[in-house]
Amino acid sequence: MRITVSVDGVSYTDEVEPRMLLVHYLRERLGKTGTVVGCDTSNCGACTVHLDGHSVKSCSMFAVQADRHEVTTIEGLARDGQLHPVQKAFHENHALQCGFCTPGMIMQSIDLLADDPDPSEETVRHGLEGNLCRCTGYQNIVKAVRDAAHQMRPGAGPEAEQVAPSPSHAGGGE
Amino acid sequence: MTATAEPEIGRARLRKEDARLITGDTRWTDNIQMAGMLHMAVLRSPMAHAKITGIDVTAAAAMPGVLLVLTGEDVAAEQGSLPCAWPITEDMLAPPAPSLAVDEVNFAGEGVAVVIARSDYEAHDALAAIDVEYDELPVVLDMEAAVADGADLVHPDLGTNKSATWVFDSAEAGTGADVDQAIADAEVTVTRTFRQQRLIPAFMEPRSVVVDPGGGSITMWSATQVPHILRWMLAAVLGIPEHKVRVIAPDVGGGFGGKLQVTPEEVLTLLVARRLGKPVKWTESRTESMLSAHHGRDQIQQLTVTARRDGTVTGLKVDLLADMGAYLRLVTPGVPILGAFMFNAIYKFPAYRFTCVNVFTNKVPTDAYRGAGRPEATFAIERLMDELAVELGMEPMELRRKNWIKHEEFPFTTVCGLTYDSGNYEAATDRAMELFGYDELRQEQARRRESGDPVQLGIGISTFTEMCGLAPSRVLGSLRYGAGGWEHAAIRMLPTGKVELITGTSPHGQGHETAWSQIVADRLGVPFEDVEVLHGDTQSSHKGMDSYGSRSLAVGGTAIVLAADKVLAKARTLAAHLMECSESDVEFASGQFSVRGTGTSTALGDVVLAAHVAHNLPDGMEPGMDAECTFDPTNFSFPHGTHLCATEVDTETGAVKIRSYVCVDDIGEVVNPLIVEGQVHGGLAQGIAQALFEEAVHDESGTLTTATLADYLLPSAADLPHFTTDRTVTPADSNPLGVKGVGEAGTIASTPAVVNAVIDAVRHLGVDDVEMPCTPMRVWKAVHQGKERGVPTTPVAAGGLGSIDAQGGAE
Repeated sequence: MRITVSVDGVSYTDEVEPRMLLVHYLRERLGKTGTVVGCDTSNCGACTVHLDGHSVKSCSMFAVQADRHEVTTIEGLARDGQLHPVQKAFHENHALQCGFCTPGMIMQSIDLLADDPDPSEETVRHGLEGNLCRCTGYQNIVKAVRDAAHQMRPGAGPEAEQVAPSPSHAGGGE
Repeated sequence: MTATAEPEIGRARLRKEDARLITGDTRWTDNIQMAGMLHMAVLRSPMAHAKITGIDVTAAAAMPGVLLVLTGEDVAAEQGSLPCAWPITEDMLAPPAPSLAVDEVNFAGEGVAVVIARSDYEAHDALAAIDVEYDELPVVLDMEAAVADGADLVHPDLGTNKSATWVFDSAEAGTGADVDQAIADAEVTVTRTFRQQRLIPAFMEPRSVVVDPGGGSITMWSATQVPHILRWMLAAVLGIPEHKVRVIAPDVGGGFGGKLQVTPEEVLTLLVARRLGKPVKWTESRTESMLSAHHGRDQIQQLTVTARRDGTVTGLKVDLLADMGAYLRLVTPGVPILGAFMFNAIYKFPAYRFTCVNVFTNKVPTDAYRGAGRPEATFAIERLMDELAVELGMEPMELRRKNWIKHEEFPFTTVCGLTYDSGNYEAATDRAMELFGYDELRQEQARRRESGDPVQLGIGISTFTEMCGLAPSRVLGSLRYGAGGWEHAAIRMLPTGKVELITGTSPHGQGHETAWSQIVADRLGVPFEDVEVLHGDTQSSHKGMDSYGSRSLAVGGTAIVLAADKVLAKARTLAAHLMECSESDVEFASGQFSVRGTGTSTALGDVVLAAHVAHNLPDGMEPGMDAECTFDPTNFSFPHGTHLCATEVDTETGAVKIRSYVCVDDIGEVVNPLIVEGQVHGGLAQGIAQALFEEAVHDESGTLTTATLADYLLPSAADLPHFTTDRTVTPADSNPLGVKGVGEAGTIASTPAVVNAVIDAVRHLGVDDVEMPCTPMRVWKAVHQGKERGVPTTPVAAGGLGSIDAQGGAE
């Protein structure tokens, strides 16, 4: 089947097998290897990307389902050399060790913050329930997400690091 | 010595590694794409024990995109036997361990055929077209049944399911008294049996291997913890000249011991790539990982502790059955032996005997999993101390305090003959109890018991130590381990003053690039940013023993310090030559050499450049300022700590909630407190997971029924509490950094703290044990059975084994 997908701001048109998973399309056709596969059963969330601004597990979606949609991966978050505030917060709060779950964890966190810009610890823990991490025990991830929420508040930090209101923004999650 | 203006050691540096990991600019093995690369898929046996009576690959071989289909018979002549590097006894029995089963399968998940195709999808399609005929054999799953007379045999050729029996006896070793005498003389004896359930390491990155056979030598990328060991073993197993194999561990997504292995798939990918002359990739699915990558734990532990009525312990006897699974992998037989010296823990037992029987079953082989042997030992002794406290009617922390090694007694030689160099159990415990609010929680517990609150509060203690920093090569040799325990580091001083550090450690999440840069910066006075850490490639890092056993910093970090000191020693000689002074007058601080009592100085960078251009060197001095060191420790290191857990147990539903968790660890000096705290958090999560959530379950035919992450319960963020962590510091004496290692501490300590807390919550209801994982069903059953039984503690209260006296028992 022929599909046209926008990935990290670039439009691609490709022939794909109907059974090809979105994550394999991203990794193998487009070389977007920042997004990874952890479990095949949608439990671990390592493959999380945004489809039209909302998080989806790309191992549980066919590439053809992304036809005429906009996909944002971990590789499309930083703009003009500036990290997304959630990426920055993960670094500053030591919210990763091996880093394999990190792309999915960051994408899910951005989605979570779009729904609740000032989440409690409890809300963050439940919001990340579909993303597994084997290294960190989650404590610093929770801290990072809440720190990012703080940094992303209106008026907090330089403008370049704030989530843009445009719905086409990569990773805004609105 | 600190050579930087601000000390680098002890500084909470943010990690260098993060930049690529948070942006997706990563180099996982599965990311590798090469021109003409083929894909391998493995057909796995659904049977746990069967003869292979026929395999028909005709249809599979004819499918589109398929280049090759191979069965075990096709590779039998070249695949060799997977290595076991730890024959624990002279007469240990070990079956041949083929990468691809030839005529018999011994666990469900064992590979029986491989397909090599143009794409991964085509390779998997063809697997479905392979027809294998099996003739079922009796399945051996239960360890106790496996060692009984007349048991069905996993490997009939061996004549028994017992692989080896390993004994340590303090009376025979001359390190202590006779435990049988201690039992005969005992005022109090408590015997308990604990089960260490089977666990799955479940690293987040599934394993992946790429082999490029081109260019006259073989290059293997693998998601491994042990590139150096892997290269050596590939050469040994396959007869390939070692210098014609290069192994690279690129970014590796966690290991926890699970990637401390030489795998069938590494061997097979190499064999097919060599046969086809093309690069080949194999990447496992999560289910394949759970069915075929090695598992951990799986022991039945019977312990007898003896004590005087005043609480002084007098002896400890440990009898283990350890499940090897179907084959002996790299260090399978040695895992329980790593625990042999830890059952006595922090206590002054005068007599000790440890006996371990290693047992074959038709299950996935077991091997290293975070802590490897030591969590099992720590769990058993810490559970048993609580049981002994109940028996004696003593407060559990008081019983521990009475028996542990006092801080002024270090160095202390244990009943196993190990010398604990340093520690302060009092300090860690006092701090933990303060942070925890121990007395207040005990009061609340009493109130809730009295009021009959359906949600009961329990307090669990774990005062642990571990032996890590693996390991003195001599000791490993005496335990019949096949390799040494040293580590290597090399420092290349580049002409522009930048530094390359080459390490034999192989990180997979630990942050070595950051911590090792701090050590180099600290010693040499160069900026942290000017240090590049090279690792995980046997071509650049040619020498190493890799990362496991909390060894990287204590052993590998020490090698870095000593290599840096060699750089400085040579630089000092050259600096003296350049400044025309005596070497004894040269001082070094903050990256500058200066002549004592004068204003003359020269920067390390200038001395390095002078060494590089070699225009003006002292007679006989070689150009360049590089240095290397191989460090072999003379002792293990012994981190310790006190972990306290408060659980709320709903007696109506059996649900367990961790209300608070406090740990105070003493891991000696710390290079990077941020990294240390992260390692503690992650370790706690894994230990708590063993206590409450995880278990590899097989059905009666030997099928693993927990072979996805939907069935095997890795805890999520919502399942875990906030941890309160702190540290006390007693520096290790065994290395110049004073460090002890932290990778496994949290996992080793936390499991018994949680289970002790669960049992403490419901002990007054007649519960004295709950098997792990303490699921709501198990806890609920224990509570209800306990109530029916109506006894306060143990079922037998008439003296002798497992007895309580009139004054003892639960309060």
